[in-house]
Amino acid sequence: MIVSRSKYKRVLQYILLLMLAAMLLFPIVLITANSFMDENEVISTYGMSGSDGTALDKDYAKIVFIPGKASLMQYYYALLREPTFLVMFWNSVILTAPIMLGQILVSSFGGYAFAKYRFPLRDQIFFLFIIVMLMPYQVTLVPNYILFNKMNMIGSYLAIILPGVFTTFGVFLLRQFIQGIPDEYSQAARVDGAGHLSIFFRVIMPQCKSGIASLAILSFVDNWNMVEQPLIFLRDSYKYPMSIFLSFINTSNPGIAFACGILYMLPAVLIFLYGEEYLIKGIQLSGIK
Amino acid sequence: MKIRHREMVAGMIFAAPCIAGFAVFFAVPFIISVFYCFTEGISAISFVGFDNFKGLLESVSFRLAAMNTLKFNLISVPFILLLSLAIALLLNSRLKYISIFKSLFILPLVIPVASIVLVWQILFGDYGAINGILNAFNIETVDWLNSSWSFFILVSLYVWKNCGYNIILFIAGLNSIPLDYYEAANIDGAGRLKRFLKITVPYLIPTGFFVFIISIINSFKVFREAYLLAGSYPHQDIYMLQHFMNNNFDNLNYQRLSTAAFLIVSLIVILVFFLFSFEERYGMNFRN
Repeated sequence: MIVSRSKYKRVLQYILLLMLAAMLLFPIVLITANSFMDENEVISTYGMSGSDGTALDKDYAKIVFIPGKASLMQYYYALLREPTFLVMFWNSVILTAPIMLGQILVSSFGGYAFAKYRFPLRDQIFFLFIIVMLMPYQVTLVPNYILFNKMNMIGSYLAIILPGVFTTFGVFLLRQFIQGIPDEYSQAARVDGAGHLSIFFRVIMPQCKSGIASLAILSFVDNWNMVEQPLIFLRDSYKYPMSIFLSFINTSNPGIAFACGILYMLPAVLIFLYGEEYLIKGIQLSGIK
Repeated sequence: MKIRHREMVAGMIFAAPCIAGFAVFFAVPFIISVFYCFTEGISAISFVGFDNFKGLLESVSFRLAAMNTLKFNLISVPFILLLSLAIALLLNSRLKYISIFKSLFILPLVIPVASIVLVWQILFGDYGAINGILNAFNIETVDWLNSSWSFFILVSLYVWKNCGYNIILFIAGLNSIPLDYYEAANIDGAGRLKRFLKITVPYLIPTGFFVFIISIINSFKVFREAYLLAGSYPHQDIYMLQHFMNNNFDNLNYQRLSTAAFLIVSLIVILVFFLFSFEERYGMNFRN
């Protein structure tokens, strides 16, 4: 490790770090601060167009970090007066939660099989899994679309949830993790007469907790953000998740945009604060060949 | 022999759910879509050979999208690699509060782009803050998001969002270099620059290589940011391959979609093969 010796260098390092951090945090801080503005101030500060889509007085936006007077009006409107926000938030929840849970279940079994068992075509199939994992959504959505269109399921959440459950990333991640679990425990259990299922549940799963936590976080972050699938599979805008709702909020409902942004990122931030180490672990695991 | 057979069956049973799901939702419909690449018509399907490929490659919007995606790759990948490496090197020290900085740099990774894209619009909108400043100095304003600048604005959003991922991988790579090497080099009288070039760089190459591949792959996924920033029909400079595909879902052109998907899959597979075989052949030389 390169240890800085001179004080001068250390100060320089801090200044660099602070400048970079300020740049990275600028958007988050601005959104947070402005979520405490009241609606009128939002509209007057940012010159956003009114609810009828026309601007009365087009003025240039200003960057304001401290609201004129602190107010919780945006939150009040978003949570209690404006039903669309809660509907969209709930849409995000019912899309994300089943994918996360299903993916964890399927991937635990799959990851275990690919890590610890031999069966025909195992490595070839795993290779295909990796290839599919690397594809952009628009590519994997083509086969999905063909399938769900044949089954008349376009417009249904299932068209998003089912492929989400079977994304191959989870299997890949947990296989990497389970490969790192030594065989001695399962062998000892086998000598004691434990069957395959009980080894899986009693030996592997308990040691797999942090791997599963990593997958849960990565899966949450990805699906909570989802944009591509709802755009293609959902026909009714009231079914859209938060991400899409927010993308047109500054024309549809500018006064509460900042609070909605904060409420939307809040679950992700809380999970980050709670599980940062698992997030890091998960990303590192995906980097091991 | 019997035990081995049982092992195999148990493994197949554990793997069955994910392989079945993979087959139903990805593999089999993908094979069907490859079939579409060579046909035309909706009810009366006829084979047309490579006409769809020809049509696609000749289409103006596809070419524009492909060129933009390529340009985005070429610019954003080296930039994000260097920036995240620099930040990882800065973070890889024993300064006080360094772990707080680490968390801050990783944080954007979990923040949904949809909730902060508003800031980019406030800054770069036609009546945005930057134009406000320009106007105050009597400089002519620019509609940033509807100009060629949109490309670089998209790069900035992409870097903001994805930098943390690379930083994590680089820090892990730096931590895996044994400290003894630096101490030994120190004893031999190697200077800081020499230690960096002779130890850090060679040992970081495998990590760097992986980050490079992941960055290329992620830059194919930049649609999300582009869509949230500028919608389905953005300025032509940030019209990506994924916009092209997304808009073709609307008019349900299976043949065109399948052909484009097939081309992108082939391209990525070839790219990954090429990069990995390159790494296998030359990767060791870097280290020795």
